[in-house]
Amino acid sequence: MKGVSEWLEARTGWLGAARRLLWEPLPGGVSWRRSWLAGLGFLFLVQAVTGFFLLSGYGASTQTAWESVFHLQFQTPGGGWLRGLHVVAAQAFVVGLALHLLQVVLAGAYRAPRELNLWLVLVLLPLALAQSVTGWLLPFDQKGYWAARVPLNIVGVVPGVGPALQALLVGGAEVGHATLTRFLALHVTVLPLAIGGLWWWLWRLDRRADHAGAAVATAGRPAAGWWPDQALRDAVVCLAVLVALLGIVQGLRLREEDGVFPELLAPADPAEPFAAARPEWFMLFLFQFLKYFPAGTEVWGAVVIPTVVFLVVAAMPWIGRWRLGARFNAAFMLGLALGAVTLGVLAWREDRANAQYPAAVRAAREAGARARALAAGGIPPAGALELVRTDPWLQGPKLFARHCAGCHRYDGHDGMGGIPADPPSAADLKGFASREWLAGLLDPARVATAHYFGGTRFAQGRMVRFVQRDVAGFNEAQRAALAKVIAAVSAEAALPAQAEADARDAELIAEGRDLIRTREMKCTGCHQFRQPDEDAIAPDLTGYGSRAWLMDFLRDPAHARFYGRRNDRMPRFGVEELLSESELGLLADWLRGEWPGTGDR
Amino acid sequence: MSSQTETGDGGAPRREFLRGAAAAVLGGVALAVPLGTGVQVWLQPLRAPRGAGAWSRVTRLTALPADGVPRRFLVSAEQVNAWTRLPRRPVGAVYLRRTGESQVQALHATCPHAGCPVEYTPARSGFLCPCHNSTFAVDGSVNDPASPSPRGLDTLEVEIRGGDEVWVRFQNFRAGVREKIPA
Repeated sequence: MKGVSEWLEARTGWLGAARRLLWEPLPGGVSWRRSWLAGLGFLFLVQAVTGFFLLSGYGASTQTAWESVFHLQFQTPGGGWLRGLHVVAAQAFVVGLALHLLQVVLAGAYRAPRELNLWLVLVLLPLALAQSVTGWLLPFDQKGYWAARVPLNIVGVVPGVGPALQALLVGGAEVGHATLTRFLALHVTVLPLAIGGLWWWLWRLDRRADHAGAAVATAGRPAAGWWPDQALRDAVVCLAVLVALLGIVQGLRLREEDGVFPELLAPADPAEPFAAARPEWFMLFLFQFLKYFPAGTEVWGAVVIPTVVFLVVAAMPWIGRWRLGARFNAAFMLGLALGAVTLGVLAWREDRANAQYPAAVRAAREAGARARALAAGGIPPAGALELVRTDPWLQGPKLFARHCAGCHRYDGHDGMGGIPADPPSAADLKGFASREWLAGLLDPARVATAHYFGGTRFAQGRMVRFVQRDVAGFNEAQRAALAKVIAAVSAEAALPAQAEADARDAELIAEGRDLIRTREMKCTGCHQFRQPDEDAIAPDLTGYGSRAWLMDFLRDPAHARFYGRRNDRMPRFGVEELLSESELGLLADWLRGEWPGTGDR
Repeated sequence: MSSQTETGDGGAPRREFLRGAAAAVLGGVALAVPLGTGVQVWLQPLRAPRGAGAWSRVTRLTALPADGVPRRFLVSAEQVNAWTRLPRRPVGAVYLRRTGESQVQALHATCPHAGCPVEYTPARSGFLCPCHNSTFAVDGSVNDPASPSPRGLDTLEVEIRGGDEVWVRFQNFRAGVREKIPA
């Protein structure tokens, strides 16, 4: 063993170097304060270690980024913890660096010859922020996508080089494959190498005797080396940092009702606005700050003022030489910290007071949970966005709100839970074609309300007249027959929610089908049912409410099979190409409550 | 080693050793946790279940020559590649050979030596691997003591369903070993 070490030492000198590192005297002796830097180094190391394993499972493209992160976090044991540690350590690193800067300035630890003590931290801070920004985009969910667009746009407003720099970072005109590969390359090579190198430099500076500064006052004690006393303190701090990290990750997992941390919202979708877009909590102050700059002056808030602040802090070693200079520095720094905290709190309170923001966050989380549930069933080669875009549960309400809620309602709202300003002027379609819905339509008390025909030109039409005169006068036996007719018409829809009832009542439904054509029930006087009827003036009852019927109806409600020339204001969505075939299908599926898995709305 | 140990009293070296050991243990634990979390994720492939093989319909009996000459067929199946569920598409090849009126033998078309695709050579009425010249008889057995392959071609389970549909349970086996171990 000894022979080996001597052989190696003779050729490399590594052992001597290691010994010097371990036992080199620490100016000012052992102290807990020194361990702050060790704690920061440990946070960096945690990110590097967890980062390697995250990288092992990551695919940098718009069809694989979200998907690979999903697979790692939810389908690989330990993956959730891995991502959790990485995210929390990254946030703690930025905050720890900022506090370190504050401490350096307040303690005046930037006075000659310790200027680098300040400048290195001042360079590390933006690098750590760049690390955060590049890291946010990589999971490529809605949050990461929209959060990364803001800094990219800020880069774009930098005078002169801005647009070119932005194009280089994005790797093209739009955020896409090239953005992910470029961000990943920065995030895992240049940035961490620079941060690690600068940290090492900072750590080594701490050992220089001429850097001891105020600590020299305690030089009465014999100079101790790093090993073992300082090492023990550093190790205790590192362990405490780890315990804190684990506690935070576990706490955040428990806080979320679904136990998901870090959050993974729905896959990034440039076409899908994301009202819940906010930067990470420690960047909220900058987000708030930018709100105060009217259009055209963003460059002041995003570039000029931060640059001036940066330069002032960098100049502190010189400012500090003046009388009152050190006090100015300390006051400036405290003012910055106080300002940042105030702006952060303001941003947070504004969001809390705003009714739309929590709703947007809730909607984003629901969409995220749905996307994850869909992805758990297997992701197609085109990516998870394909799953999201073809999911009736997610897309139906949006289509309804956009195209239908001008007249119709869904359970009283616009499909997304909003209440339009204008009152409804067409039927409420929640449960369309179900027995309950049809029973309401055939109820003399309800048929002419806004829930059914009240708002339409059919309010005084034949159907309303039939219900209000004929049905109102039905005797016991006729009402029983009507119930069968309702069951039979509803069975035409084959609604998933009614599958059991339809199977159970097969006999009753068969009777109802025969009753539809009786003179007593009068249905076929206006409607066509199972047999072509050229004189039919009301919508076809054959397959009423089924997927095919609904799609045909949406395509052209003015078709002879439906309302013909008597059609009210309902747009011919297919004929006029207002909706694509796939959109018609999504809308029909959603109205019918037909979607994979469970989802309540 | 350090100046402190030499100047201290008798108990100092031991206390110093204890402090050093404590530092090493605490620091080690702190680093081991993130490292362990990562290693757990990284070692996932070792815990993944071995592929049991899925049944696929390969062809019809009528497509197989009555004289027992093997024919090569592609086997299609759905596959899961990490996070992607791939639709049905070719995942490998088999040689099918009639051994009776309605009896079929299925051989994996991959050489068990180093995993190259084998070819049926009518002139030899056997299989030849173009990589290292492993040779196999028509029934898949090693037919030459000089053949580098450690075992014969891997047979696969075959079922004739509905009278003439040939179904094969396709799976891969580890190359380079004597035993037929699912991969």
